[in-house]
Amino acid sequence: MEQVKPLDTEFLSWALGDTSNLTPQQAQKLSILRREDVVKPTFYVGTGTCGLGAGAGETLEAVKTFVKENNLDADIVEVGCVGLCAVEPIVDVQLPGKNRIAFQQMTKDVTPAVLDAIVNKGEIVADHVMGQYRDEKTAAWDGVIFIDEHPFFAPQTRWVLANCGLMDPGSLEEYIARGGYRALKKTLANKVSPDDICKEVLESGLRGRGGGGFPAGRKWMFARANEETHRYLICNADEGDPGAFMDRAVIEGDPHRLLEGMALAAYAIGAQKAYIYIRAEYPLAIARLRVAIAEAKANNLLGDNILGSDFSLEMVIKMGAGAFVCGEETALIHSIEGKRGMPRPRPPFPAVSGLFGYPTIINNVETLANVASIVDKGAKWFNAIGTEGSKGTKVFALSGKVNRTGLVEVAMGTTIRDVIFSIGGGIANGKAYKAVQIGGPSGGCIPESHIDIEIDYESLKTVGAIMGSGGLVVMDEDNCMVDVAKFFMDFIQRESCGKCTPCREGTRRMLEILNRITRSDRNESEQDTLERFQSVVHMEKLGQIIQDTSLCALGQTAPNPVLSTIRWFRDEYEAHIFDRKCPAKVCSELLKFEIIADKCKGCTLCAKNCPVGAITGTVKQPHVIDPEKCISCGLCMSNCRFDAILKK
Amino acid sequence: MITIEVNGKAIQAEAGEMLLAALNRAGIEVPTLCNMEGLPATGACRMCVCEVEGQRALVPACAFPIADGMKVKTHSQRVIEARRTILELLLANHPTDCFYCERNGSCKLQHLSVELGVRSHRYTGAKDNRPIDESSPAIVRDSSKCILCGRCVRVCENIQTVSCLDYIRRGSKAFIGNAFNEGMNVASCIACGQCVAACPTGALTGKNDIGKVVAALKDPNLHVVVQHAPAVSVSLGEEFGLPLGTDVMGMLHAALRKVGFDAVFDTSFSADLTIMEEATELVSRVTNGGVLPMFTSCSPGWIKFIETFYPEMLPHVSSCKSPQGMLGAVIKSCYAEKVGIEPKKIFSVSIMPCTAKKFEAARPELGRDGYQDVDAVLTTREAAQLFKMFGIDLGKLEPEAADSPFGERSTAGKLFGASGGVMEAAVRTAYYLITGENLKELKLEALRGLEGWGKEAHLDINGLKVGVAVVNSLGNARRIIEMIKKGELKDIQFIEVMTCPGGCINGGGQPYGATVERVTARMKKLYDLDATESLRLSHENKELQRLYDEYLGKPNSEKAHHLLHTHYHERTPLT
Repeated sequence: MEQVKPLDTEFLSWALGDTSNLTPQQAQKLSILRREDVVKPTFYVGTGTCGLGAGAGETLEAVKTFVKENNLDADIVEVGCVGLCAVEPIVDVQLPGKNRIAFQQMTKDVTPAVLDAIVNKGEIVADHVMGQYRDEKTAAWDGVIFIDEHPFFAPQTRWVLANCGLMDPGSLEEYIARGGYRALKKTLANKVSPDDICKEVLESGLRGRGGGGFPAGRKWMFARANEETHRYLICNADEGDPGAFMDRAVIEGDPHRLLEGMALAAYAIGAQKAYIYIRAEYPLAIARLRVAIAEAKANNLLGDNILGSDFSLEMVIKMGAGAFVCGEETALIHSIEGKRGMPRPRPPFPAVSGLFGYPTIINNVETLANVASIVDKGAKWFNAIGTEGSKGTKVFALSGKVNRTGLVEVAMGTTIRDVIFSIGGGIANGKAYKAVQIGGPSGGCIPESHIDIEIDYESLKTVGAIMGSGGLVVMDEDNCMVDVAKFFMDFIQRESCGKCTPCREGTRRMLEILNRITRSDRNESEQDTLERFQSVVHMEKLGQIIQDTSLCALGQTAPNPVLSTIRWFRDEYEAHIFDRKCPAKVCSELLKFEIIADKCKGCTLCAKNCPVGAITGTVKQPHVIDPEKCISCGLCMSNCRFDAILKK
Repeated sequence: MITIEVNGKAIQAEAGEMLLAALNRAGIEVPTLCNMEGLPATGACRMCVCEVEGQRALVPACAFPIADGMKVKTHSQRVIEARRTILELLLANHPTDCFYCERNGSCKLQHLSVELGVRSHRYTGAKDNRPIDESSPAIVRDSSKCILCGRCVRVCENIQTVSCLDYIRRGSKAFIGNAFNEGMNVASCIACGQCVAACPTGALTGKNDIGKVVAALKDPNLHVVVQHAPAVSVSLGEEFGLPLGTDVMGMLHAALRKVGFDAVFDTSFSADLTIMEEATELVSRVTNGGVLPMFTSCSPGWIKFIETFYPEMLPHVSSCKSPQGMLGAVIKSCYAEKVGIEPKKIFSVSIMPCTAKKFEAARPELGRDGYQDVDAVLTTREAAQLFKMFGIDLGKLEPEAADSPFGERSTAGKLFGASGGVMEAAVRTAYYLITGENLKELKLEALRGLEGWGKEAHLDINGLKVGVAVVNSLGNARRIIEMIKKGELKDIQFIEVMTCPGGCINGGGQPYGATVERVTARMKKLYDLDATESLRLSHENKELQRLYDEYLGKPNSEKAHHLLHTHYHERTPLT
């Protein structure tokens, strides 16, 4: 465990209490910790996993070098992801008296020049400006857009992500200065009954953000109703959907928010021990959690007799090996118990008999990250936004063919169109929107015709999709929907635990059916052809039976990507099956390549590179592809310098 | 009791019990491949899915608790279609060479495909083609026939606490195997064969040694002898359609002679011999301050278990060979001398209810001068197969007696077939050895029956207080060992352990499809024989007395030690 120096106890006592009547010194201390103004130049480098992937590690070094070379007395702060992943690395600069300003695409090469301009010359390199943070106490930069007016940020409601990218995730003090641990302190100091916390959360309308959407308060009450008083809380941070990184960003950017939410949840359900089940592929998140837990423990915010109360909570990080199925709660429990991660039938539900046979509540990261604000600000504050049945906000990981990919948080009820076209800035490269996959491998796709659907647990189901945990993968006209279905089916048949028959055997057959219809029939035997048609006939029925009979949610939702794409893009399937064509020109084995005689210069490059000798022709004469020999590998096309190859 | 509605009719059920149990009681057949009576449901195979009003998806009857007013459809179109699809999915990844499979005719998958009317290959595609593991002397594992129902895993883990089988890999690549996917021979497998009995298909079978025996019978230079274990004659009849609990001992002797065995002996004779040696050893340990409590040693799965998991407890195990081992030894010594045939020209076969006996027969300790005492072991199932091959209908044969000098047996020796039987037999003789008199009441009711995890009895033998205990299945053996290690059970001197639940009558080599009803009938027959026959004490077996007089001398004599006792050693799996 990390060695941490406890904070000043006096600071803790007033900062966690009522902050409406602070002395000027106290107010200033909080202001400094919130970095509302700085006394020396401060550089914030976004070093979340996404930033590091874009080169933020080198950028950080460049910033350090700049500070050293300029003999600056400056602070360099590593922060989490602010959300706009598309323009990483991001470096914020805050000069005394001036607004904090964010620069984008700050690779190590451009960083010295941009910093030199602003620090030494007071100039802004416009190409790299993302925007400035509004602050009444400091002066604004002329001609620089405010972050709250930025098209990516303006439509968002950032509650869970409020601190992400802004504060030092390694600093407990900064979290406290931003109102952290006040809800916990209030609860314990006022001896608020656990039942009241459950009621408050129930009333807030907070529903499980991991995908299920079960009311969190009701779940907690199930545990409380149990006579067994030895109970566990588990935070499910086994984020496994392809394209999902919400939980990782929250933990990397604001780990104490999760810990405070967990402490409150554990208090509410009467748990003495809490586990954070997190995939080992998230090393940075795990490191941040370790530091945060150590700091919280050193300051009596976790551990024995928290804040002098009789509530104690032991917090354990349990690393998973990255099995998708371990996100299923009974499989997750088995994994913590040291057993193979396989789901078991429910009932009994974990709230009745869970970890080691004791009542256990499992909530996902985002659900728990909402709890402290609800307890602090009240159920009414939370349920003031959202739809009838879905309250508060939802965090999404927006990825795919969209201009601005990143982490977004919107009020429930926001339309998918707003998320993709306003926040995401529309489809990249001027292409046409085709669909968005929501809810990962368990979810479904939403076509153009339903893009104005509101984000809401119930309404998403009406179009065959689910809220899911927050993955949003945008697809454009160049995506083949059969290929997309194939990708998810392949993922599922590999990630199924293998226990129940329909999921294990059924998903592999569904994948095989998709493989058959996307494969060339060039060397197909009559038997193969028969099987191809026969299997297609059974595909939808098979999908329904897998849904109807599988043991856990993984299997019950496994056919969704296929059934959903069939529902909205049946014509694409038919083109593959009957015309043996891929309209999006993705399924390479179904493509036909031809040489446009008018464009071909007879350079022979294609013929030389053809692996099966399907191209013939003489030098400086148009070449020809023999369709009988061609294996549709596309090498001719990638080698041709004259755009003379036609793909159809 | 509460009332639920099934297919429009009211049936009675216990609140909280699983739907499948209530349906079975009401006589409603719902197919299942993975359910195991007495063990928590895993809901893996999904064959038992039913429609329950208010539930979005179908629910597995095995794992769905009954609630008041529940409305269930067990055979709606939706349910039947789902079940057939699940079965077809299993078949799509299953070999179709049923003719060549040991379970042809007794395979649950085969039965279900008949029942559900599977007539076409709707789902086709790649099949898992995994190598067959024949490394174990007792058990063959053919993963390509495995349907991953998990029954073997559960019996091995929950009942036997051996846990040598488990799921490996994920998704469509998942299969059942040993640690690090090593062979069964080096895994912690104790060869009990309970996984074989649990397997609904031919994925786990006993090693087939019929060929070896047939070859020996054909060889004019070999004198082929056979012995049959106490539990065989009360279960073999099932394979020939005889009523449950029929004792076919006499017919078995006749059948064995018909297929060509030169001499037919009864392992129950050597069970009596075991009692003489073991009771003497016990009396010696008790009176000379030896290591106590002493464990029985006749169950080879148990021996491998304690060698593997509790080697530090080996001094507690009786040094006696099992009855198979003892008879094997005297056949190739005493008998060989008597009939004047070189031991290497004798081919000794035993018919056992057990797969672990195949492992035991191959132990290097059980033989001398370069030959094994027992050359081939056939299970009850293989014996039935052998007889059928030779056109023998067991029930139609005239009973015959076994051959001298090892043909006589007491019912005490016969009791070895059931859990508690060894102890009952041993107590009778130990009492005689200490007091010189026979017990007045021979029956030890406290040690009989299938209920409970362990049984004990306390006796006062001329002022000497003796406590005895009985456990069957290795999970229970583990439990009693742990108690002893904690210093409990100070008043117990002798413990009988049988590897299989209920004893040899439910052994891993017994006819497929053992149910509580069948096992109970087998057990009852053994106790009926004990109640009705007159020779009930091992030490009163005349042929046995002659063996001591003419050849061995006294129990635990030097010669007896040389031939009838053995030693054990620690085993480390995967080495």
